[in-house]
Amino acid sequence: MAKRVGLEVTVAVAEAVALCRIDMAGVYPITPQSHIAEHLSNMVADGLLDAEFVTVESEHSAMSAVIGASGAGARAYTATASQGLLLMNELLPIASAMRLPICMAVANRAVSGPLNILNDHSDIMPQRDTGWISLFAENSQEAVDLSIQAFRIAEDQDVMLPVNVNIDGFQLTHMVEPVEMPTQEEVDQFLPPFVPHATLHPSKPVTMGAFSMADYFTEIMKAKDEAIRNSKKVILDVWEEWGRLFGRSYKPVESYKADDAETLILTMGSMGETAQLAIDELRDKGVKAGLIKLRLWRPFPFAEIKAAVKNTKKLIVTDRAVSFGGPGGPVFSEIKSALYAETTRPAIYNYIYGLGGRDITVHDFVGMFEKVLADTENSSADTYEFWGVRE
Amino acid sequence: MIEVRWHGRGGQGAVTSVELLAVSAIAAGKFAQGFPSFGPERRGAPVAAFTRIDDKKINVRSGIYDPDVVLVLDSSLIGLVPVTDGLKPGGKLIVNTHKTPDEIRKALNYAGTLALVDGTGIARKEMGVPIANTTMIGALLKVTGVMDLDAMKEAVEHRFGRIAQKNINAMKRAYDEITISN
Repeated sequence: MAKRVGLEVTVAVAEAVALCRIDMAGVYPITPQSHIAEHLSNMVADGLLDAEFVTVESEHSAMSAVIGASGAGARAYTATASQGLLLMNELLPIASAMRLPICMAVANRAVSGPLNILNDHSDIMPQRDTGWISLFAENSQEAVDLSIQAFRIAEDQDVMLPVNVNIDGFQLTHMVEPVEMPTQEEVDQFLPPFVPHATLHPSKPVTMGAFSMADYFTEIMKAKDEAIRNSKKVILDVWEEWGRLFGRSYKPVESYKADDAETLILTMGSMGETAQLAIDELRDKGVKAGLIKLRLWRPFPFAEIKAAVKNTKKLIVTDRAVSFGGPGGPVFSEIKSALYAETTRPAIYNYIYGLGGRDITVHDFVGMFEKVLADTENSSADTYEFWGVRE
Repeated sequence: MIEVRWHGRGGQGAVTSVELLAVSAIAAGKFAQGFPSFGPERRGAPVAAFTRIDDKKINVRSGIYDPDVVLVLDSSLIGLVPVTDGLKPGGKLIVNTHKTPDEIRKALNYAGTLALVDGTGIARKEMGVPIANTTMIGALLKVTGVMDLDAMKEAVEHRFGRIAQKNINAMKRAYDEITISN
């Protein structure tokens, strides 16, 4: 039986990863991820986790080490944030091109400058096109569940791609809250041992990450694109099975009081439940407000997004990152692009919020609804605004 | 839901206390959050930490601005940090001090419920160290009644091992000795 306990989210994630019987972790500490690295290191040192903990001198080395380990057939894990993720960037498309099922936690944190250690999504957004499957957790339970599901998705022979699980820094990582930890038996039942397609081994030489010029490069890129698009079917299957085994269902797009909503707000990450409270407050006032939460960032769930917004008049998209000089926040751009060909689509508003740890309250979400509802001419639709900015 | 803001200095164990309290509340079947004030912390500098406890699932993930209870681990912060900021009408202020209620009320211009205990004195006597973070959990439980003192035992034992009992004794004394004035 799963046990309900109070744990700091980073510790819960590290324990979940240990339940996955990883063979190797290569992690460089960086706030707000460090407790994952520390706890994994402790478990290895205490003999509770039979894995190689490779102490590396940078995140570039961490990603290099897990690529090597995964290539050798190990179930390999890493975790990082912010500048650490940027330092890994060079290697992320290599991991996906080599079709290595590496799993990584990203304890989302603002990127410098100015130096900031608190949460937003500016670290993961520039990694969007590296060919990684990308999932967002809303609470401790999701951080734990997604961390386990990640290996199963990544290692599926029809996927064989790396997966990152995004866990908002501090708002999630540094929170002690309740979580149901699955048992070792339950995880063993869900996650079979990793059987690699091919491994680096002296007795049976293979080439991985080879050289390619114009003759094959386009075909390899197309193959990678098809692989991540096709991964969605496996992700849905894995979530369906998880629901049956653990009683917690996962969907690419979650909704809350959205069915009859005339105005919807979209969140991604840890603020979803706080937004729910705003929806309750607005519903009490008679406003037909609803919420959708984007859990699957890559592959992008086009069909689910279209279905989720098809009856709504106005859609508020929230972003925790900026595309400087661009069309709006990165999530907003994706949603707009996804709905471009639809004959009827909602007016879309974009609020960029919660940058560098700026707190977001129920009041903020209610304020966004009030502002959008007051815009009867839809004059500020299709544009973006920095919510709460002082000018 | 009860929301508590803790004021201490880096190194005094406010974060440990919110963690122990959240873990114990969850083990007792409740829902809880324990979290530090987000950001870099330095030994000796003023810090805050936060606790939410409820009987149902807690959805809010914002900071705590209007606490039901404020707990001051280090009374030297009074005058330096606005400890009563946002305290709800009818809220409760708990201070670790050997001073009198009148002295604290005057220093803070505060007329609400005030609970005082010499947590540092108790910690010295019971544990031989002037660190009152676990001691003051006893004070908080007495003032709020949010759960039984016994509910803390497992988490404290897990955390402190062979010195757990001393922590529990100190907690119990603060629970018994705190004086509450309205």
